[in-house]
Amino acid sequence: MAKPKPDTWDNQFAPWDNPNEKPLIRFKDVTKRFGDFVAIDSLSQDIYEKEFFALLGPSGCGKTTMMRMLAGFENVSSGSIELAGQDIANVPPNKRAVNMMFQSYALFPHLSVYENIAFGLRRDKFPKDKLDARVAEMLKLTRLEKFGRRKPHQISGGQRQRVALARSLAKGPKLLLLDEPLGALDKKLRQETQFELMDIQETTGTTFVIVTHDQEEAMTVASRVAVMDEGRIIQVATPGGIYEAPNSVYVADFIGDVNIIKGTAKPAGPDQYFVDWGVNQAPILATSDRPFTDGQECHLAIRPEKISITKAKPDEAENAVQGKVLDIAYLGNLSTYHVELPGGQIIKAQTANTRRLSRRDITWEDPVWIRWNATAGVLLER
Amino acid sequence: MRRFALIALPYTWLLALFLVPFLIVFKISLSDIALAIPPYTPTIKDGFSALIRGLDFENFIFLTTDDLYYKAYISSLQIALISTSLTLLVGYPMAYGMARAPAEWRATLMMLVILPFWTSFLIRVYAWIGILSNEGFLNQFLLWTGLISTPLTILNTNTAVYIGIVYTYLPFMILPIYAALDRLDDSLIEAAEDLGCSRLSAFWLVTVPLSKNGIIAGCFLVFIPALGEFVIPSLLGGSGTLMIGKVLFEEFFNNRDWPVASAVAVILLLILIVPIVLFQRNQQKQAEADT
Repeated sequence: MAKPKPDTWDNQFAPWDNPNEKPLIRFKDVTKRFGDFVAIDSLSQDIYEKEFFALLGPSGCGKTTMMRMLAGFENVSSGSIELAGQDIANVPPNKRAVNMMFQSYALFPHLSVYENIAFGLRRDKFPKDKLDARVAEMLKLTRLEKFGRRKPHQISGGQRQRVALARSLAKGPKLLLLDEPLGALDKKLRQETQFELMDIQETTGTTFVIVTHDQEEAMTVASRVAVMDEGRIIQVATPGGIYEAPNSVYVADFIGDVNIIKGTAKPAGPDQYFVDWGVNQAPILATSDRPFTDGQECHLAIRPEKISITKAKPDEAENAVQGKVLDIAYLGNLSTYHVELPGGQIIKAQTANTRRLSRRDITWEDPVWIRWNATAGVLLER
Repeated sequence: MRRFALIALPYTWLLALFLVPFLIVFKISLSDIALAIPPYTPTIKDGFSALIRGLDFENFIFLTTDDLYYKAYISSLQIALISTSLTLLVGYPMAYGMARAPAEWRATLMMLVILPFWTSFLIRVYAWIGILSNEGFLNQFLLWTGLISTPLTILNTNTAVYIGIVYTYLPFMILPIYAALDRLDDSLIEAAEDLGCSRLSAFWLVTVPLSKNGIIAGCFLVFIPALGEFVIPSLLGGSGTLMIGKVLFEEFFNNRDWPVASAVAVILLLILIVPIVLFQRNQQKQAEADT
């Protein structure tokens, strides 16, 4: 199991907040077109040394194109990419201090695990006497000591994944690119491997850029997550930042489950607003750092776990609405209640199942009260 | 029982269409020439014990007394080896080009490779006479361009035989190599480049080893029929072209010496069995590797 990462745990590791820090990778106004299709749209982004940077987005959002440009398999149409201060536009893939772990793993089927890992070292004319030690080190790092002599088709999927990782790390690249590295593994193995990846990133001190469409995976492993859509980065923040303070409805909706309540804002004190959201509804009180003008359209995003559900009317709640239970999604540890409000809106509320299922007191069609605090949600413009 | 039936079918096939004819040829090779039809004795009509007593290895001993036969075998092996290498050199780039071509082009390219089979093999070889002869299209074209001043003598030389074999057997080389290259995952080449290979070294270190099975299959598919080839050397080759197929034909039809011809055929088969067994072993290893 992974040890807690002290440097990220207490938020000490935040080179992106330090203006004197030099980024390892700098995308400067990068555009990539395939014919008429714009895959990457004038994108600028810095990635710092020792970061575990996740590119997250639906398929076709340009995340794989970004990675392939870093590896050198695609040219940029305009703009530039710098690696450690040098423009790498004209550097071919075999001359870049960047290695990639492929989604399909791309292990050489005619070579043994040992030779697969040694492949890159041999190309670099790595001294023969040190090669054996280096490969052994990689095998140990990925717990593959016993499998060095096997061929890729003689080991399991999880082991193949680790060979691919060992092979891409063997040359000690400045930057390691991981293209959906865990996509082919089953859920349990994937979760274990996420921690292994974090451990290995910690041990080697390599900068990792991971491409994934799995938001849980991105949240687990990454120091920062970039949410992408249609060739643009919508938001870059720490996993906590992305989840708790999304900058748009798109990000809020893409990461985890969320209730979006559309309405108009009315100032109600310092950093506080009333949201008018339905004809016969009392306005919702919400806090926001973002300024809104009177009557401006706004969206209130609230996570289901921040809404509590009770049968009795709560006393002294900042926001409380009555509704009717429409549906219950039982997830084992959690239950999500779909509550229909009189206006027809459906709000999801999530509670931990601290009691056994048979003792649950709320059931279908029950009239219930849902409540949340003014600070529970995020007020968004769009 | 069902397993037995499944195995029995190919074995019956082999027995009826390979082993029985071979035993007949082998028996004739041990017989003596005779002026009757068929021109050999003894036959089964003489009775079984007379038949057995009449067989000997005289014809095989005869083959060693005349160096024509031994030279024909060596020359055939040489021509088959050289033309197989040439076919590989021509066929590999074509197969590679086909496998790299855009997907919508591949069916058309495949069709172009197979298309010559729609015309009779004999006519296609005859056509080469028209191209390669002293007054043929090739010489006329080269004279017209001014590259040469006197016609090149290509027809009736070993060069013409090489051209004929490479042309005829090219599809047998292209198709298995194409099949191997088509299965090759592009990301393997990218991975090789990512790990520090140039385009060329990625080709030698990844593409070639992974198409090895296709190369071996293609080489055997060309080498085995080229070794016993008769039509191409007799139409395109000259009097100096010595190939065992031609010798075999002359023994059968000009000398009408069935026993010696059969002995030549038995030796040819023994020479072919070595590559055939190697080919089988390769196929088996490939099948095991895939599981």
